[in-house]
Amino acid sequence: MPLTDINWFYYAAPQRFVPLAGRLVPWFGAAAVLLGLAGLWVGFFVAPTDATQGEVYRIIFVHVPAAWMSMIVYLAMAFWAGIGLAFNARLASMMALALAPTGALMTFLALWTGALWGKPTWGTWWVWDARLTSELLLFFLYIGYLSLHAAIDDPRRADRAAALLALVGAVNVPIIYFSVQWWNTLHQGASVSLTRSPSMATTMLTGMLLMALAFWAYCIAVALARLRIIALERERDTVWARRALEAA
Amino acid sequence: MNWASWSDFWAMGGYAPYVWGSFGVVAATLVAELWAIGARRRALLRLVADGSGSEEAA
Repeated sequence: MPLTDINWFYYAAPQRFVPLAGRLVPWFGAAAVLLGLAGLWVGFFVAPTDATQGEVYRIIFVHVPAAWMSMIVYLAMAFWAGIGLAFNARLASMMALALAPTGALMTFLALWTGALWGKPTWGTWWVWDARLTSELLLFFLYIGYLSLHAAIDDPRRADRAAALLALVGAVNVPIIYFSVQWWNTLHQGASVSLTRSPSMATTMLTGMLLMALAFWAYCIAVALARLRIIALERERDTVWARRALEAA
Repeated sequence: MNWASWSDFWAMGGYAPYVWGSFGVVAATLVAELWAIGARRRALLRLVADGSGSEEAA
């Protein structure tokens, strides 16, 4: 089948994507549960005690996945918001809106678990270093996106205004990522890199990566589930949405 | 195996409040998020079911 004959935008219509999303949610949910169980098993029963930090290092198995997802979800949110803004694509804007609460939650969890890890190891719940401050800013950007969207009555105008906020705020994500290189931070530098071998024990790394994948699958499942509801809310006067809602 | 007993496991080497305070809040917020999506879905179904939920009716 020639590439020109494929309708690349087939699933850009809410009517077509909503049933697909409904079928995908259970798979990503199951993956999240399985990966999470595997990650927790490795994290608590396989990975050894840390020589310096003792058992408290195990917070890494939720702190790093939450922090990674806080950044990945923001980039996805900004991407879809940008697509929705540039191409007037309703579904893309809805996806950005669906991602925002989950991203905000991930950011909160990164900050919360980080504080609980910092108190026993650094001696402080908080410090205004570059990484912590920029992650806190990320949380405010998520809240700002949701607040701005909620403040505007017309959903399409709200989508566009919030998209601008999301896009401008996206510059914060590389700042968070590179903060530990660019500035003198209390937060440690990267232990995991695309170019160097990791500086942590293999079993610890395995547990961390399993939990990261679990969090990723969870975020996708939850965002797709929320997207379905947002799409059905907005399109509830259409025939297809009525049928989908009556079937539920 | 890391733990001599279950009580060792829950004690987390003395760091129990920090470790379980972290994992507990993660679990609680994930459950809360799932519940909130369910609540939003139920609200939408109620809105549509009583017939007054269309934009034409508003």
